Amino acid sequence: MSANPATERTPKRIGRRRGVSLLLNHSVLLLLVAFALGPMVILVFNSLKTQAELGRNPLGFPESFVWQNFPDAWEIGRFSATMGNSGLLVLMTVSGVLLLGGMAAYSLAKLDLPGSGLVMLYLLVGASVPLQLFLVPLFFLWNRLGLTNSLPGLALIYIATNAPFAIFLLRSYMVQLPRDFEDAARVDGAGEFRIFTGIVAPLAWPGFLTVGLVVSLAVWNEFLLATVFLTDQKLFTVVTSYYNFTAQFSRNWALTSAGALMMIFPIIATFLLLQRRFIEGLTQGGLKG
Amino acid sequence: MSAANPRLDLTVTHPKVRFWQTLFFRRKIVPWLFVLPILLINVSVVLGPAISSVYYSMTEWSGVGEARFIGLDNFRRLLLEDRSFRVAFRNNLLWLGIFLTLPMAMALTAASLLAPIKRGALFYRLTLFLPYVLPSVITASIWRNLMHPDRGVGAQLSEWGISGFDRAFLGDPKTVLPAIAFVDNWHWWGFLMVLFLASMQNISQDLYEAARLDGANRWQEFRDVTIPGIRPTLVFMVLMTAIWSFLTFDYVWILTQGGPAGSSEVLASLVVKNAIQRFEAGYASAIGLTMSVFVGIIISIFVLLRRRGWEI
Repeated sequence: MSANPATERTPKRIGRRRGVSLLLNHSVLLLLVAFALGPMVILVFNSLKTQAELGRNPLGFPESFVWQNFPDAWEIGRFSATMGNSGLLVLMTVSGVLLLGGMAAYSLAKLDLPGSGLVMLYLLVGASVPLQLFLVPLFFLWNRLGLTNSLPGLALIYIATNAPFAIFLLRSYMVQLPRDFEDAARVDGAGEFRIFTGIVAPLAWPGFLTVGLVVSLAVWNEFLLATVFLTDQKLFTVVTSYYNFTAQFSRNWALTSAGALMMIFPIIATFLLLQRRFIEGLTQGGLKG
Repeated sequence: MSAANPRLDLTVTHPKVRFWQTLFFRRKIVPWLFVLPILLINVSVVLGPAISSVYYSMTEWSGVGEARFIGLDNFRRLLLEDRSFRVAFRNNLLWLGIFLTLPMAMALTAASLLAPIKRGALFYRLTLFLPYVLPSVITASIWRNLMHPDRGVGAQLSEWGISGFDRAFLGDPKTVLPAIAFVDNWHWWGFLMVLFLASMQNISQDLYEAARLDGANRWQEFRDVTIPGIRPTLVFMVLMTAIWSFLTFDYVWILTQGGPAGSSEVLASLVVKNAIQRFEAGYASAIGLTMSVFVGIIISIFVLLRRRGWEI
């Protein structure tokens, strides 16, 4: 994964002039890598310092490793509760989007839905309506229905806002599948829902995985809706809780840094593990975080 | 999408066919049963409230109880009286200017430097993309510390003799908005880079060969081969940047909540402030609707230019 061997070996391969110019490419890119990773490295350093050391040495390598910051931040930031809330939101949203969005994609790709052009147009419009246009009436509608300060209530909103992207992507996967298997199942008298869950969904699994990853990331990181719709401390997500945590403990950077690391660990681990699918899904969705 | 459908011949034609076994049910109703649940959710969350916000924008409404119809009063107040609206609008424009230049330049540079590299390409792609997956609260808190005048990067630089960066960028009305945009861009530009890179890798190598044979230097290659080659992606991202610049919220809210003294207010933060903190839901709806109109105008301009034959 290191870039260094490349700078040493390519000149011989492609010729001198080309090699020298690639050296320039690598040096500029390494500067940009330093810009991207530097702040994260400092975050790791700071999570291991004492508060006193942070005052003397706010950017450098820690003198000694204070691992105690992590359990402390876990306790004070109530991470067990907030991670549970975020996890539950992700779980509900992803299963809702995959099931209901998958069903819609199946209908659009495989069932010759009458009026499918209209449905696609609606989804396109629905995907481009800015959140701020429906935020205010939605908040007061949800309030009246008792769906504010409720995880399922928020998950319902996430399902709706993530659905268009999910349906488009899943549909594009399903359209490519051959019809032979489904037709054989139909001859055997299988219902459409059985064919969807038993044949088409398993065959389109890369699409489901991609959508699942992108939606999980979006929900785990979401800020605006979570701030507005969950005001009860018990229901805070990692993101909204961290927002309040940093406001309360803004002076204690060691603690907030440790908290930040615990919060992004699951994201970075999943990202590195499944990076190709992640990047593919995010760039197709054109989502902005 | 496909015209003929072989499975339809297979339906049993039994003398006592129940309704749910009929051809009509299987062909016309079942497909709709599959899309209906998600459509209902989407309509009640997005479309319904979006339409009703057009009505609420013409009312005085606290969010609970009756909404009183006041015609276009909210818009008169917004456009003529509310100073914070003008500041917010100007900030959104400044935001647009920053995001059409800084991340675009960084992403184009990095992508064109990365495109010819084979070994180590994955390393660069991963590390430059990584900030994009971080939640906004984390990115904001990292940079709030790094921009701290006494303990951040600026203080370190001034210790080394480079002064001028040990200022409270987020506390000064003159620098606060560019500072917030800088933080947002740190997490954003790598994503843009990956998009451009993917687009550049679809350009035929023959075009570069031809340009080299014609004696083109690197800049000419970039200008005459790369840019035209990625044009659809480039134009699409310019459009999305323009739209998102009018909707931006997270970083402003997390870093300053529009302060100091309203100097970093944007339209989205005004919506949330009015709706949730000041209980002026009708007025907030009017701001939200105005934002959507801006977005609509941007999209229309693009559609119009395209109809006029611009190659975008």
